[in-house]
Amino acid sequence: MKQPISGGAGSATEVVALPRLHSTSPSGMTRFLESERMLAAILLAPTVLLLGVFIAYPFVMGVWLSLSSTSVGNAGEFVGLKNFIKAWNDSIFRTAFWNTTVYTFWATIFKLVLGMWLAVLLNRNFRGKRLVRASMLLPFIVPTVLSTFAWRWMFDPTFSVLNWLLYKGGFIVTKVPFLSDGVYGLWCAIVVNTWRGMPFFAITLLAGLQTISPDLHEAASLDGANGWKRFWHVTWPLLKPVTLVVVVFSIIQTFSDFQLIYVLTGGGPANSTHLLATYAYQIGVATGLLGEGAAISLFMLPVLFIVVWVQLRYLRKLEAA
Amino acid sequence: MSLPLQRRTFLRGTGAGLAGILATRTAPAFAQGTRLNILRWVDFIPACDVELKRQAADASKALGAEVQFEFINANDLQPRITAAIQSGGGPDIIHMLHNWPHLYEGGLVDVSDLAEWQAKDQGGFYAQSEAYTKVGKRFMALAHSIVPGLITYRKSWFDEVGATTFPKTYDDLRTVTAKLKKKGHPYGQTLGHTFGDAPAWAYPLLWNFGGAETDKNGKTALDTKGAVEAVKFMQAFWKDSCDEGGLAWDDTNNNRAFMGGEICATLNGASIYIASKRGQDKIKDEKGEPMVRDIQHARLPAGPAGSWSYHTAFSHGVMKYGKNQKLAKDFLKWFHGKDPYGKWFQVAEGFSVGATKFWEQHPLWETIDPPMKGFKTAPDNSRVIGFAGPPSAKATEVYSKYVIVDMFAKGVSGKPEDAVKWAAGELKKIYG
Repeated sequence: MKQPISGGAGSATEVVALPRLHSTSPSGMTRFLESERMLAAILLAPTVLLLGVFIAYPFVMGVWLSLSSTSVGNAGEFVGLKNFIKAWNDSIFRTAFWNTTVYTFWATIFKLVLGMWLAVLLNRNFRGKRLVRASMLLPFIVPTVLSTFAWRWMFDPTFSVLNWLLYKGGFIVTKVPFLSDGVYGLWCAIVVNTWRGMPFFAITLLAGLQTISPDLHEAASLDGANGWKRFWHVTWPLLKPVTLVVVVFSIIQTFSDFQLIYVLTGGGPANSTHLLATYAYQIGVATGLLGEGAAISLFMLPVLFIVVWVQLRYLRKLEAA
Repeated sequence: MSLPLQRRTFLRGTGAGLAGILATRTAPAFAQGTRLNILRWVDFIPACDVELKRQAADASKALGAEVQFEFINANDLQPRITAAIQSGGGPDIIHMLHNWPHLYEGGLVDVSDLAEWQAKDQGGFYAQSEAYTKVGKRFMALAHSIVPGLITYRKSWFDEVGATTFPKTYDDLRTVTAKLKKKGHPYGQTLGHTFGDAPAWAYPLLWNFGGAETDKNGKTALDTKGAVEAVKFMQAFWKDSCDEGGLAWDDTNNNRAFMGGEICATLNGASIYIASKRGQDKIKDEKGEPMVRDIQHARLPAGPAGSWSYHTAFSHGVMKYGKNQKLAKDFLKWFHGKDPYGKWFQVAEGFSVGATKFWEQHPLWETIDPPMKGFKTAPDNSRVIGFAGPPSAKATEVYSKYVIVDMFAKGVSGKPEDAVKWAAGELKKIYG
């Protein structure tokens, strides 16, 4: 039966109502997919799963291990904060903690200063700019273990090419104990870390530099600002947010560095170049005292948390201003 | 020594396992595709690993399963063992060094039956090999070999400074090598965190000056006059005689330094001699002659308390998490058997000696070069890590943390008394 459509202009002509293709209520699946909450959950699930398996689970396991007497092949039992107290009273731990702080502080400073300098240079136009930019990334691209092995050969106690060059150049009369003295060893590690990490700073800062309008520099020049003043009053304030982000990343990576020291010095001589990560590995994995090793590595957490929190707060302030 | 018939005779005699295989000429009923993975160190004699790869094919045929070797740097073995035990997966058999079976007891299968067989078949274990693999009353690994450490030295250089025979005491060694250091040929010794040469030097030095890690009951006994005297000697020896870069050396640096003509002597296995012999076209002395002709070996000199040595013992552990434990044990019985072992032993050319006295009778020793003869009976004066107490998991912990090695490393640049006190404190934390 044909029914006029209600409403409209009163005596409207007859309109044929078309049959519906689907029922008015959507199917279960459609309803399910149309729910934004469900869709969000589905889309997030893989990420949550990955984070859970690869971040949360190891972290929770690490915390549990640090509170237990677990050693290789033995499940262990809950011991409270005993492992943390033992670590704190351990002279090698304290050396490792100090080394980690010194290593992170100086390596980050050097990477920042040299990275900034390189970024400013590369921001200029010159022949072969692209080639230089690409080659600058090499230290960052080469696997850390490989490049550190090359450095280890250069610092070799017996056959060091650096010692040979210094000796032939008349700068030294006896070998420099690059890796056989704890102080030299740590500074060698800082040099290698700087060499490796500087390109990351440079390329990120370069990206930041390229977002700064040349008009600002031009205006400053017209006002009589020299190169340093243009950098300090124009470039640096605009580059600060990017710089902070890079520094945060760098501190996290440097503070928890493992590969470089493991390959270069192995923590020696006599534990004098251990970082927290390498010492945790020595105790937890090599010696098999998993609980104690986990406690040592967890000492990194509050330090990094505080550093990151302070820097991110500062970053927010900058953005708000 | 070639013993093809003896192996078969032996295998028939065992009454089970491989005897059955050989009698029926069919491989045992391991599931098709069954694989047995064995993790070992990278041998300092590369030909030994080549021989093992060749033997893997023989073993695969004999056992009806695919046998595979994996070789890694010895310094990486302990981390791999920990990771394997904790994750419950990894190689079926792992190479154990020193007294590691005590530390990893919880992750290992009891192989007392195999140890009983091997001891009976091959003339009894050296005390060191037995002590390291026997935890309580059970053998938790099967002793395989010992790499003896002797001092490798340049005969002509020692002659030049008037030492026509190798110094008999530590003091004499210091006097002679001090003269050689002045001539640009220091003594080479690692005090780094490395598995073999560092403990092989540090532990005997402590013992030979009257020091000990523990007393007979296993209680710490390090802070003594003997230990301080040992560190005092090390400090003077380091300054007067040694290549001071040794603090950063691993087990390979001294080999390279010796073959590069940089050092006059070093405590080492026979690898320097064997490598110099096999590469004599390239490894020459300063006169252009093959260096091997100028290499001699000597035992560690004596200190006030004797002349003990420490030789690195090796064994194989069957991992508890393994799904093929029977196959793993069958393999070990085959692998430690006289025939396959004899072939490998021959290739090692004296670098590795047996864990049992049987191998002292091997024909290899009749034809071996005179400088190598000392390796034959070298293990007879070895003490064990943890001395004077029994080897234990605690002693392995002390070794794994390099406490004794670090005591000497700290001592060379600091006050000997402080270094000993530090080490004694570390030991107390471990032993309680």
